[in-house]
Amino acid sequence: MADLRDMYQEVILEHAKSPRNFRALQEPSGKAEGYNPLCGDRCTVFINTRDGVINDVSFEGSGCAISRASASMMTQSLKGKTLEEAEKMFHSFHDLVTGQNKDANQADIGKLKVFAGVSEFPARVKCATLAWHTLQAALHGNSAPITTE
Amino acid sequence: MSVSTALPHSPTAVESGFDVERIRRDFPILREFVHGKPLVYLDNAATSQKPEVVIDAIANYYRHDNANIHRGVHLLSQRATDEYESARKLVQRFLNAGEAREIVFVRGATEAINLVAQAYGRTHVGPADEILITTMEHHSNIVPWQLLCKQKGAHLRVVPINEAGELELDKFERLLSSRTRIVAVTHVSNALGTINPVKDIVSLAHARNIPVLVDGAQSAPHLAVDVQDLDCDFYALSGHKMYGPTGIGVLYGKAALLEAMPPYQGGGDMISSVTFEKTIFNKIPHKFEAGTPHIAGVIGLGAAISYVNEIGGSAIAAHEHELLNYATRTIGAIPGVKLIGTAREKAGVLSFVLENIHPHDIGTILDQEGIAVRTGHHCAQPVMDRFCVPATVRASFALYNTTKEIDALAAGIEKGKEFLG
Repeated sequence: MADLRDMYQEVILEHAKSPRNFRALQEPSGKAEGYNPLCGDRCTVFINTRDGVINDVSFEGSGCAISRASASMMTQSLKGKTLEEAEKMFHSFHDLVTGQNKDANQADIGKLKVFAGVSEFPARVKCATLAWHTLQAALHGNSAPITTE
Repeated sequence: MSVSTALPHSPTAVESGFDVERIRRDFPILREFVHGKPLVYLDNAATSQKPEVVIDAIANYYRHDNANIHRGVHLLSQRATDEYESARKLVQRFLNAGEAREIVFVRGATEAINLVAQAYGRTHVGPADEILITTMEHHSNIVPWQLLCKQKGAHLRVVPINEAGELELDKFERLLSSRTRIVAVTHVSNALGTINPVKDIVSLAHARNIPVLVDGAQSAPHLAVDVQDLDCDFYALSGHKMYGPTGIGVLYGKAALLEAMPPYQGGGDMISSVTFEKTIFNKIPHKFEAGTPHIAGVIGLGAAISYVNEIGGSAIAAHEHELLNYATRTIGAIPGVKLIGTAREKAGVLSFVLENIHPHDIGTILDQEGIAVRTGHHCAQPVMDRFCVPATVRASFALYNTTKEIDALAAGIEKGKEFLG
C-alpha cells in the first residue's frame, strides 16, 4: 500500500500553500495555457528567455496541491537554465513521476525528486506533469491550449 | 437516490422491511477490499454496482441461450428472442409506457439523446430555430444538441438555475419561443442532485406544442418514473446506473413520434425489405435497432429491473431518502465544507467543496481509506462555472449504502483536512 506521505511530502504541501512565482509576466517571450479536463486544473505558464537561457518563469491558475506544487517548484528550478537543460529536466521529471527509468541518474532535477512518490498514484501523474507540458508549449510557441488528455 | 422532501405517507425503510445488510450480500463486489480497507462505494451516480442475479443472467445467456435474435428457426434463437423481448416488456412496465414498441434499446442515455437529436432533429429543426436546455445538463444532453445546431444553423438556449441549484421556471417559460423546436431537460442533476419539476416543464412546453426529451439517467435508478404521467415525449436512461450492465440503455418515445422519425442508423434488423432501388424500414422499435444489439446487456437490464421490482421502488426510495438526509446533516456539519446543490427537491447526490483543499486531493485521501467518490466536474462543466468552482467532491448513494459508510466518509474528510489543511 502506497503511503500518502510518499506523495504529499511536507515540501510539496508547503509549495501548494504558498506557491512561488505565482504571477503573470508583463511581456513574456512565451506563454501557454494548460488544462487537465479530468480534474479541472488550469495553469498558465509565462517565460522570458534570452540567448537560449530562461531568465524568468512564472505561472497562474487553479488546481490541486500536486499541480500547484509542481508548477511552483518547476518555476524555481528553471531559472537560469538553458533551453536544452529545461528539455532534459522535463524528460527526467516525466520519467520520475511515471515510475519509468527509476535507476537513471536524475541529478539534473535536484529538489524535484520529492515528486517520486507520485508514481505510486497513477491517477495523479497528470496533476504533476500539467505545468511541465504547459511549459513545453510555451517554449515551442504553441498558442492552442494544451490538455493532459 | 431519493426525494429529499418528506413523503408523508411513505413508509420508512425499516417499516417496509428493508434489510440493507441482506441487500449488501446480493452484491459480490461489496466484499472487496481497497488499499486494505473494506470498499465504501459512493460513486453510484457514475455507475452502480451489479447484483449477483444480473451477473448470472448475463453469464447464463452466454452459457445456455446464446444466439442471434429475430432470425433463425432454431431453438436457441427463439429463446434469445423471447428473453430479449421479455426484457422490453419489463422496461415498458418499469416506465409505465403505453406500449412495448415505444421502448428502443440503445447503448445508453447518451445514444438515446443523440438518436433523438439526429433522427427527430434532422426533420424538425431548421435555420434560426431554437433548442432549449438547462444549465444543469450533463454534457450528454448538451453536445448532441450543439452538433445539431451546427448542422442546421439553429441556436441553443439555456435556462438558468438559482443559487440552490434549482431551475428558474419563470425564465424557462420566457425562453419558450415560437422558434423552440424541442426542450431537453434532465430529470435529476448528476452534479447537484436537483429533481426538476418535469411535469410542469412538459405542460408548459406542450401548451406551445413543443416536445420534451427527459434525460432520465439519474432518475430511473432512484425515482418512480411514469412516462405517461410525466407526459414527456422522449425519456432516456442508462442500464449501468440502475444495477444493470454497461453498454445498454433505453430510449422511450411516444409511438406516433417514433413512427414519423427517419432511422438513426441503417443496417440489419431495421428493415422489412432491401433492394438496391428501395429499402422499406421495419416497424418501431426495430427501425431504431440496426445491427445485432447488445442481447446480453438487454437480458442483464431485465434482470436488474426484476431485482429492483422485487425489493420495491418505494422501499429503495425511502432508504435512499434517509441516507441523503443523514449525509446532508453529517457532511454539511463539517467545518470548511460547502454543499453545492441545496435544492428543496433532491435525489441522493451530495456535491461539496472544502475550504483550501482541492477535490482531487481529498479524493486521493478518501481512496486510501477505501472510499470511492467522484471528484471533478462530473461532465457538467457549465454547472461548475455557475457555482464558480473548478470541481466538486461528489458522494452519490444507492440502495446498498449505509449510514455507517457515510460516517466513514465524514471521518475520511476529517483525516484529509488534518493531512492537507
